[in-house]
Amino acid sequence: MNDVLDVALRLIVVFVAFLVLPLVVGQTEHKVMAHMQGRLGPMYAGGFHGWAQLVADGVKFAQKEDVVPADADRRIFQLAPAVALLPYLLVLLAIPIGPAEGAVGQVVDAGIFFVLAVMGVGVLGSLMAGWASANKFSLLGGLRTAAQLLAYELPMLLAAASVAMAAGTVSLVGIVAAFHWWWVPWQIVGALVFFVAGLAELQRPPFDMPVADSEIIFGAYTEYTGLRFALFLLAEYAGIVVLCGLTTVLFLGGWHGPWGAEGLGWVWTLLKTAVLAFVVIWLRVTYPRLREDQLQKLSWTLLVPLALAQIALTGIVKVAIQ
Amino acid sequence: MNTLAAAATQTHGFLSPTGVEIAFLLVGLATFGAAIVTVTTRQLVHAALWLVVTLGGLAVEYLLLTAEFIAWVQVLIYVGSVVVLLLFGLMLTRAPIGRSPDADSGNRWAALTVAVAAAAALVWVVVDAFRTTWVDLDGAAQGTTAVTGSILFQHWVLPFEALSVLLLAALVGAIVLSRKSDRTANTAKTATTARTREGNR
Repeated sequence: MNDVLDVALRLIVVFVAFLVLPLVVGQTEHKVMAHMQGRLGPMYAGGFHGWAQLVADGVKFAQKEDVVPADADRRIFQLAPAVALLPYLLVLLAIPIGPAEGAVGQVVDAGIFFVLAVMGVGVLGSLMAGWASANKFSLLGGLRTAAQLLAYELPMLLAAASVAMAAGTVSLVGIVAAFHWWWVPWQIVGALVFFVAGLAELQRPPFDMPVADSEIIFGAYTEYTGLRFALFLLAEYAGIVVLCGLTTVLFLGGWHGPWGAEGLGWVWTLLKTAVLAFVVIWLRVTYPRLREDQLQKLSWTLLVPLALAQIALTGIVKVAIQ
Repeated sequence: MNTLAAAATQTHGFLSPTGVEIAFLLVGLATFGAAIVTVTTRQLVHAALWLVVTLGGLAVEYLLLTAEFIAWVQVLIYVGSVVVLLLFGLMLTRAPIGRSPDADSGNRWAALTVAVAAAAALVWVVVDAFRTTWVDLDGAAQGTTAVTGSILFQHWVLPFEALSVLLLAALVGAIVLSRKSDRTANTAKTATTARTREGNR
């Protein structure tokens, strides 16, 4: 009975984090973007600085009619949002936020592989949505999504492999446990490659060519309305949380910090994740969108060689210090 | 061999399966069903998506056999990359919603024969090799990343490297095939003209 209770409690905590953290990131994005662009942002919903704007948005989405286009492939069209969203929930289960036994939803032995594999499945949702909508803009968006994923999966994997080599383990908990402060300068190139490739996989600006609203409306999600559309948006923000959490765990030392050792490690993890999420929003308002050929070029001619160089460097240092 | 088999049947009866064995069997049946739908459906994109179910089912089977690393690699490579590449190719060429009129082949009986023969050979080899081997689920996991890695790089280094060279050769071959230099285009043209001339004669 105790075991069942323990598992249920962990699942509930992860699920609540899965529902709350993306909303926090979304609200922060409203506010940060507004201030960076010299305006106020949503100010009315909920009274204080429009804190309930996203709740109001959610209510609006839930009230809307759920439309499926007449020519669409009905079942796949309806299934796609779930396929896009669920992988991030599973990934969140495996990210450790503290050194203690209870600070991770489920310890996975091959953590890096689990996380990257399951994140890759999420893109199938966009592909299904793009194809099943029976809309040429959606299909184009789906195509661009697939091309982008194929290009950026490789540098992301290589960067993650570098840090796994450094730690000598593929378990996420083991990697953070093996972390020392000098890993940050050692793995900085890998960290940048991982973060940029992750942004591209999430289709966040400046890598939002697949959903570029001024060209192909909203890419694969053009035909979606109501709750299903909201699920796609939630998947994007959950993706930000997962990417920032993973970068923190793999490259920034997770719960290690200059002070506040025992018991407060999770604060460091959350703090680093929050700073990275801020950077994601910052990049969105700072850089213009990359063109499709620039996107591919950036990955194949810059990120992949950089990741390979990082692996070579990791190997050399690893042999030298042994 | 016989004593081994006897010992195995003493400790692990076929008639009193454990929960894991039942789960393994059920997942196997679901995977098999998905595989059959993959090759029989008339809708091309549906076939690709059923392939996702099939490959995912295989990953679950690996997990049940405690081969965690192999399971995640299966999801990463096959579901995450190969099927995405497949869908990408389908969308680039032709992927109508609804039935594809040309999603059928006159070779289906030959294909079925080859498939059944290959499956029979594989099943026979696997059954013959692992008949009395049981995965110990209670002790330490036997398929962890550490175990897989050390076995791969200690006992199976040569096949591993040979496979790498094979894949490299395939990669180079793909590049050579997809590159159309002017000279090959010209020779292709001359060949066509020559053939046309012969046909005219």
